[in-house]
Amino acid sequence: MSAAARLFRRELALAWSGGGGPLLALGFYAAVTTLIPLAASPDPRRLAGVATGVAWVALALASLLSLERMFERDFEDGALDLISLGPLPLEAVAAIKALAHWTAAGAPLALAAPLAAVALGAPVALAPLIAVTAAIGGLAFAFVGGLGAALALGSRRGGLVIAVIVLPLIAPPVIFGGAALDAFAGGLPWTTGLLLLGAYALAAIALCPFAMAAACRNALS
Amino acid sequence: MIRAVRAEGLALRRGERTLFEDFNLALGAGEAMALTGPNGAGKTSLLRAIAGFIAPAAGQIAFQGAAGALEPDEARRGGVHLIGHQDGLKPGRTALGELMFQAGWTGGDEAGALAAAETLGLTRLLGLAVRHLSAGQRRRLALARLVASPRALWLLDEPLAPLDAARRAQFGELMTAHLAAGGLILAAVHDPLPIAARAVALGG
Repeated sequence: MSAAARLFRRELALAWSGGGGPLLALGFYAAVTTLIPLAASPDPRRLAGVATGVAWVALALASLLSLERMFERDFEDGALDLISLGPLPLEAVAAIKALAHWTAAGAPLALAAPLAAVALGAPVALAPLIAVTAAIGGLAFAFVGGLGAALALGSRRGGLVIAVIVLPLIAPPVIFGGAALDAFAGGLPWTTGLLLLGAYALAAIALCPFAMAAACRNALS
Repeated sequence: MIRAVRAEGLALRRGERTLFEDFNLALGAGEAMALTGPNGAGKTSLLRAIAGFIAPAAGQIAFQGAAGALEPDEARRGGVHLIGHQDGLKPGRTALGELMFQAGWTGGDEAGALAAAETLGLTRLLGLAVRHLSAGQRRRLALARLVASPRALWLLDEPLAPLDAARRAQFGELMTAHLAAGGLILAAVHDPLPIAARAVALGG
């Protein structure tokens, strides 16, 4: 087994174990999307108008949940020392960790997003596009979120710091994805939003590993 | 493979405080060195600087291979193993899972990892979650990973602290075997190492 595959399997196992990971994110997601009709209005016509937007925002929030565990646990128990002295440079390690985070939390959320949106009253025809935008957006969330997690290493209220760093950075993908869905629902050309979302995700995948690695090195020194 | 490590005119700074200046060190294949010094003298920082985590304020650290100087990052990625104060083990994972991942990550194979676990008397504990191991057992697991990793330069920070006398003697034998195979050991210690080692005092 290659070193990259070995690390990816370990990250997935860690994400699934110890209470949390995908189940926690899905539970949170279900709770938020259920609260909206209770707090706003159960009127189906009003709900249908905001269904996709709510599904998107809840998705962005749910992807923040387990970010803190991405680097913090390995940093605190000394495993990050060991991993840095391994065969792969920290940049590759960071990319693998973000990818594993997406596989464990982002992908299940992308499957849940269309269900939540349709349950809130979004048209069923929108469901496939919601899943696609959620999957692509989730990738961007995982990589940008990983950057926040690496920057927050060693700070005492890491979870809060991560949210404050990451939320502004994930505004663009939320806007692009929401715009694509709105345009599709209104029968307008919708590919522009999807392409912009893809471009943002690709940029995050290309750039964030370098920033994550630099932040980790800084924390380890 | 690292054959020698040298530090020349090394100065380390943590925050505003200078730990030491103009420190020189030379360690060759088959040699062990015991770093001594009071708390806060910079033993851990020196080990972390050699492992590449801390950038020195002055001076340099160089690694020599069989065919001349090695690129430092490459030398560290393939030739250095650091045992710090923490063992780097996840409480929720099994001892076997942690040993296999970490030994594999640092270039060892499964047979070597199992043999190392047996030497350190861990075979019966491998099925347990790490959180159920005592401090000494966790350290032995970290040492099994060290032995199973084909790394030439061992950087050890108080490696024996949680071990009992019998286990210390046993680890002494493993260190002797590592040195006989051309390895290098640099250990920060308060108690004497169970093997013959050059002593270097830091600070005062």
